[in-house]
Amino acid sequence: MNAIKIVLNGILKENPVFVLLLGMCPTLGTTSSAINGLGMGIATMFVLIGSNTVISLIKNVIPDKIRIPAFVVVIAAFVSIIQMLMEAYLPELYASLGLFIPLIVVNCIVLGRAEAFAAKNGVFHSALDGLGMGLGFSLALTLLGSTRELLGTGKIFNMFIYPEHYGMLIFVLAPGAFIVLGFLIVFVTKLQTSK
Amino acid sequence: MKKLESNLPNMVMVLTAITLIASFLLASVYGVTKAPIELAKEKKKEVAIKNVLPPFNRIENDTIEGIVVYKGYKDANWVGTAVESVSKNGFGGEIKIIVGFDAKGCIFNYTVLEQKETPGLGTKMIDWFKTSKNKQSILGKNIAQEELKVSKDGGNIDAMTASTISSRAFLEAVNNAYSTISHYDTHTSATQVSDAATAATPWVENK
Repeated sequence: MNAIKIVLNGILKENPVFVLLLGMCPTLGTTSSAINGLGMGIATMFVLIGSNTVISLIKNVIPDKIRIPAFVVVIAAFVSIIQMLMEAYLPELYASLGLFIPLIVVNCIVLGRAEAFAAKNGVFHSALDGLGMGLGFSLALTLLGSTRELLGTGKIFNMFIYPEHYGMLIFVLAPGAFIVLGFLIVFVTKLQTSK
Repeated sequence: MKKLESNLPNMVMVLTAITLIASFLLASVYGVTKAPIELAKEKKKEVAIKNVLPPFNRIENDTIEGIVVYKGYKDANWVGTAVESVSKNGFGGEIKIIVGFDAKGCIFNYTVLEQKETPGLGTKMIDWFKTSKNKQSILGKNIAQEELKVSKDGGNIDAMTASTISSRAFLEAVNNAYSTISHYDTHTSATQVSDAATAATPWVENK
């Protein structure tokens, strides 16, 4: 497998949100606006790259029977490190995402890629897989966030598109997340099968 | 390199090693980020105080019943007091705000420090109650004359669209802030006297 193919695999063919349907909890919970979706996506991407690299490095010294607890410890360590770094150096982003960062630990996409890819492939390819999956996740969350923000409040990335009182409130709330996600999955599947 | 066999000594050893390394890393990152995190919090508070008080060039901290208040002075004149306040009745949990009162006891400005309200609805409190439109704004109101209440509860403040609960909680926090400050005089009269050089006008006289 070549490098570009691995990255593209995460963004398109096996997009974690639209195709694998993994990590739905942060997907639905954080995407009330485009900027929140993007922030969550990028934070997850860093964890994915880090955890994939480390797990691929140490995969041979981990006995099979304890691989899951070992992976979880590695992932949790990465998440805590990112949380502390974010709180220290990006306090504004932390203020809006702080609640969701610890959720990355239980985001199944991270453990899923550790198990399905990093535990079987080399370090370089695993890092690329983390990057691809992370980009795919960020892209999906940003798309979902933008759509919800546009329909709900008439803005994208806080930029004015149309007056707020024409917005449909439901799209900012939880049910809107499910509705938009459903339609986006339909579009993406349609696009991919028609190719 | 062959995979390690899954026998007990191997498993115990590997898992112990991994957790040890992880805790070492976490401890070092904690050490590195501790100072910047404190700094960021301090700075946020500093900016908040600056925003909610009339122009001042000196700040004095004081504690009333465990609550820290910030008294702003312009040269020798007391210009206002900022106080933190919390309401636990928000739609999504605690709402933490800082409210500034000017020397007459009127609300000068406020800043929301922490809140977990619904994005796009309750989160609008950040600037809703500062916007002078209809009866939205609480700025310039004096709670001594009239407690703040949403119009639905017979008060004179317009609640945020579709977020009456968040609005109620927010106003509760503002009222709490005021009640903290209005007791100020009785609790600190001793220090006020010794502090006479600053010539802070006692709160009660302004009521």
